[in-house]
Amino acid sequence: MARTPTEEPAMDKSYGLIAAFDTTPALYHACEQVRNAGYTQWDALTPFPVHGLDAAMGVRRSRVPRFSLTGGIIGFATGMSLIWWTDASDYALIVGGKPYFSPMFAFPVSYELAILFTAFATIIGMFLVNRLPMHYHPVQKASQFVRAMDDRFYIVIEANDPKFNVAATRALLEQAGGHDIAELEE
Amino acid sequence: MGAHLADHPAPAILAEVQPASLPRKELVHHGRDFHWITEKICGIVEGPTPTWWWWCFGVAAFVASFTVAGLTYLVGTGVGVWGHANPVNWAWDIVNFVFWIGIGHAGTLISAILCLLRQKWRTSINRASEAMTIFAVACAAIFPVFHVGRIWMAWYLFPIPNSNYIWQNFRSPLEWDVFAVSTYGTVSVLFWYIGLIPDLGTLRDRFFTVGRIWRARIYGFFAMGWRGSNRHWSNYEMAYLILAGISTPLVLSVHTIVSFDFAVSLLPGWHTTIFPPYFVAGAIFSGFGMVMTLMLPLRAIFRLEDLITQYHIDNMCKITLATGTMVGYAYSIEFFIAWYGSNPYEGFAFINRAFGHYAWAYWIMVTCNVITPQFFWFKAVRQNTTLVWCLAIMVNVGMWFERFVIIVTSLARDFLPSSWGYYSPSVVEIFTFFGTFGVFSFLFLLFIRFVPIMPMSEVKAVTAAADPHGPHPH
Repeated sequence: MARTPTEEPAMDKSYGLIAAFDTTPALYHACEQVRNAGYTQWDALTPFPVHGLDAAMGVRRSRVPRFSLTGGIIGFATGMSLIWWTDASDYALIVGGKPYFSPMFAFPVSYELAILFTAFATIIGMFLVNRLPMHYHPVQKASQFVRAMDDRFYIVIEANDPKFNVAATRALLEQAGGHDIAELEE
Repeated sequence: MGAHLADHPAPAILAEVQPASLPRKELVHHGRDFHWITEKICGIVEGPTPTWWWWCFGVAAFVASFTVAGLTYLVGTGVGVWGHANPVNWAWDIVNFVFWIGIGHAGTLISAILCLLRQKWRTSINRASEAMTIFAVACAAIFPVFHVGRIWMAWYLFPIPNSNYIWQNFRSPLEWDVFAVSTYGTVSVLFWYIGLIPDLGTLRDRFFTVGRIWRARIYGFFAMGWRGSNRHWSNYEMAYLILAGISTPLVLSVHTIVSFDFAVSLLPGWHTTIFPPYFVAGAIFSGFGMVMTLMLPLRAIFRLEDLITQYHIDNMCKITLATGTMVGYAYSIEFFIAWYGSNPYEGFAFINRAFGHYAWAYWIMVTCNVITPQFFWFKAVRQNTTLVWCLAIMVNVGMWFERFVIIVTSLARDFLPSSWGYYSPSVVEIFTFFGTFGVFSFLFLLFIRFVPIMPMSEVKAVTAAADPHGPHPH
């Protein structure tokens, strides 16, 4: 089950081009160049989050917080309504002479449920936005991919980018300082 | 801004002022590169199982069997096998519960609060501390679940419809505790898992490259197809930040609610408003004691001195010192308020704590919790790893006694002298508690064998080479 070498000539369909970079500054400046060249369907692969790379790539602010906020509101409302319905509506019972319902004593449980639902919503949101789990991806077939999870940095430009042109894109990546440039199989 | 500067030209002296240049401490020694970090951390998981691991695992499993045997006997016989008797109906079970849950809090402090405070040194101790949190919460959960006696009724703790049509009493802090602890356990596992995903991806690809397909599949399943895409990192970091942001109020609320179990009652010695902050400080204090108890041997065994540097140890010692001093301050304020409040029952409860039948426990607590951390003022102490480890053990002992003192001394001497008593644990209780250290070690040993013990991606991100703008400030 060896990985298919990327330089193999008989390729069904090209996914795009991959180029390697050795340092974070090299990657950072190359990303700025690819962004300025007007590409949209491209990505950087890094073994750790590189500070400031989102701006260099032109990636917009994450949408994950919208999921989190929704989850938190639903969690808090669940707690309050659960406690009101069980202790004041479905089976109202006087305990210790306290009121059937008060937001005071309902608060701790609602607070915890707000946090619990926020956590689930954040994680589900992150997976949805990232389209994970995705156990197959063309870049994972590249023989050099193991180093993207270790100590190297890569830029991948997809063939379905409107500006993609094998020769011109390869020239851009070379000029930006990339090496081991190879074509990826779909 | 420009016009403002033109109106008021900067005094000439400003050009001559040279702010002191204070270099940040390096977090990875000897300029170790990214690949070295990968090899070091993955090597622990990929290499052959060390002999010492099997010995420790065997001992841990044996000790854990004490808990299994103790609980089996309890379920088969009844809670009477524990030493509980009027007036002390909460004893080692609740002491052990609060002890273990408190230990967990340092893991969340490191992973969440230090993340929000941008304390980059947290990265190398983060993963193991979070694992400690999860296993400590698991050990903690054993006690409240089993102390209800009829364990098969434990689901009554949750609002699940039942044949009596009656619902849980949400006015009770004990019910709040059910939600606090189960939320805490769940969110801790989720937070830990999210942190693991990139590292599991690294292990997946390394196992795949050397042809260990089954391992690659198992790690790959949990890695969710992570490929280090920066578009993913962007969302991932946002999710991580939000999880840190919600875990911070969570960890503070959990021990606050644990303290409500006592503070909301009317018993002298429990009914005090200082409990929430005092319990949270104590929890973090005990948790750092446990973090050091675990990390210092790991550092020595796996030769991790380049990643867990003296700077890390200094910081952990200083947090222990700060929180230990807060705990000492809380002890003295409790006494002051007992006197200042002029409530004779309250005053008696505290005099009795320090000079009554349980004075021995009180003074063990004060020695371990107030005096022990003061040694961390001294650099020579912090640099002596063996001594730091011994002091960390003292902290663990002291914090167990703190819960014992609070719970048992208050119950043994309540309002009515006719109902006073003296509590001693039964042998079943002692073995059940001792066994939880085996349960904890069993889980922790599995963790260090199968999971990368440090977040590689986070450690790489705090090295000097990770900064795309180079060493100059920007």
